[in-house]
Amino acid sequence: MVFILRRILQSLVVVLVMSLVVFVGVNVVGDPVHILISDEMTQAEIDRFIQKLGLDRPLHEQYLHFLANAARGDLGNSFVHGEPALKLILDRMPATLELAFAAFLLAVIVGIPLGMYAGLKPESPASRAIMTGSILGFSLPTFWVGLMLIMVFAVMLGWLPSTGRGDFMTWDGLRHLALPAVNLALFKMALVTRLARAGTREAALQDYVKFARAKGLSPSRVVLVHVLKNILVPVVTVLGLELGGLIAFSVVTETVFAWPGMGKLLIDSIQRLDRPVVVAYLVITVLMFVVINLVVDLLYAALDPRVRLREMKA
Amino acid sequence: MSARVETLPVLPKPETPLRRLASEFFASRVATGAFAALMVIVFMALFAPFLAPQNPYDLATVTVMDARLAPGERGSAGFLMWLGADGAGRDMWSAILYGLRISLGVGVASGVIALAIGTAIGLLAAYRGGWVDALIMRVVDLQLSFPAILVALILVAILGRGADKVMIALILVQWAYYARTVRGSALVERRKEYVEAAQCLALPASRIVFRHLLPNCLAPMIVVGTLQTAHAISLEATLSFLGVGLPLTEPSLGLLIANGFEYMLSGKYWISFYPGLALLATIMSINLVGDRLRDVLNPRLER
Repeated sequence: MVFILRRILQSLVVVLVMSLVVFVGVNVVGDPVHILISDEMTQAEIDRFIQKLGLDRPLHEQYLHFLANAARGDLGNSFVHGEPALKLILDRMPATLELAFAAFLLAVIVGIPLGMYAGLKPESPASRAIMTGSILGFSLPTFWVGLMLIMVFAVMLGWLPSTGRGDFMTWDGLRHLALPAVNLALFKMALVTRLARAGTREAALQDYVKFARAKGLSPSRVVLVHVLKNILVPVVTVLGLELGGLIAFSVVTETVFAWPGMGKLLIDSIQRLDRPVVVAYLVITVLMFVVINLVVDLLYAALDPRVRLREMKA
Repeated sequence: MSARVETLPVLPKPETPLRRLASEFFASRVATGAFAALMVIVFMALFAPFLAPQNPYDLATVTVMDARLAPGERGSAGFLMWLGADGAGRDMWSAILYGLRISLGVGVASGVIALAIGTAIGLLAAYRGGWVDALIMRVVDLQLSFPAILVALILVAILGRGADKVMIALILVQWAYYARTVRGSALVERRKEYVEAAQCLALPASRIVFRHLLPNCLAPMIVVGTLQTAHAISLEATLSFLGVGLPLTEPSLGLLIANGFEYMLSGKYWISFYPGLALLATIMSINLVGDRLRDVLNPRLER
């Protein structure tokens, strides 16, 4: 209980620190007035404008004001769309989450079998190919792979649509989802493959695996039950942490495939200097990250008593 | 090893650490190939103005007449455009050579500066310990809990566009990796006897840190530095592709790929394809060299 409370407290501190960094960054390093005013405004108009936004008040007051508003869910209105920035982000969130979860599933479903195979037969040519492939997966620039996928599957073969999003869980929706999901999954697939391989190699030498074999269990049962169960915990832990990475990286994939998610909105907003939306995106993403990290930490502690004990001593 | 001894039966060469490292490194065919490829790429980037048939950013030599020429066609200036031309009539091969220069330059420069800053901070944390160490490591942990692309996007959103801003963003993204690596190995080295001996000789702290601790932390720094450079190049390309990276006046490979995006759907693949291939070759060869260095130097690195 103490452990859980401490972790939640730590997360709150992280959120506060990040909000301060974003706030100071946006309002001090970049001057919002400079962006908002146009050349035709008179000095009186500019002054009125600054006053209206509260930019004439001391910085710590502004920050507290920002925090109080943020706590009520008010992150300002978008300059471009004229709607509340938070609403814009939340409207786009389902599309991003759909993409991220599809990529997550794909990475696990493809990565774990490949990694286990490479771990069980480390010397076979197929395993070497898998490991080389995983280095390729780490090296390939995501956006370029996206372009090549469009090139091959949409332009040359004409099998799948190149851009946009269909309705959720329909045939059309899945067809639209296929290429972006593969694109986003590629990097994580390489990661899962490596993790699964390392885990399998370690597990294969353990006594319980030798014992299961000695008991005369079929090789497939040893691999699918005894080995798989034991590599799943570390793989899922790392992947849980990587879920945030998927959401961050979907910025790239969404831009390539014109996927109407929050990442594309972020890039559009940065280019149009739509600061409230940028700030809202950052606040939401940081919150998501902190929550994901917290949940994974707590799950990990629940699964592995050693972590709990170490934390208690510290 | 035995093959070496057979070819040199007279006098075995004195084993210097560097020579031992080199012979171990080149024992792997893949790593040797990657190293050779990297050398070719660096050469291409350094001597781009002499190798390129055209200066792709000199308006006098570029003509729209050549726009979107397919690979293997002859441009109006008379030379063969074996990788085709882009939407403005620039020879792709020349554009890639110049783009490599910028991509590699930005990646290496930001990497070196981040290495210097990260090393200084990491050494400070390890040598001072106490609250200095705790504070620095908190900041490092906080930053590393967010993916690099997100940190870079936040920084670019705050700082605005421009080559200098991208450099600052790349440096700020990377320093934490170096700081953590250097601190980790410096802490291990600090407990060793030679540091204790140096302290007993009452040597000044700066001398102990820079002449004793630092050289012994080099191995992991080299490995992380290599892999981070690949990472920085990839990150810069991604930012430029997204349109929030380098400005149009400094066309890195990412920008070249972005330029080809609009022609992709009409089947003109070469404008995006070849710069991407160059980028992939660069990143992959650096990664393979870094992987091999890690095996050879064998520092216990966490990933």
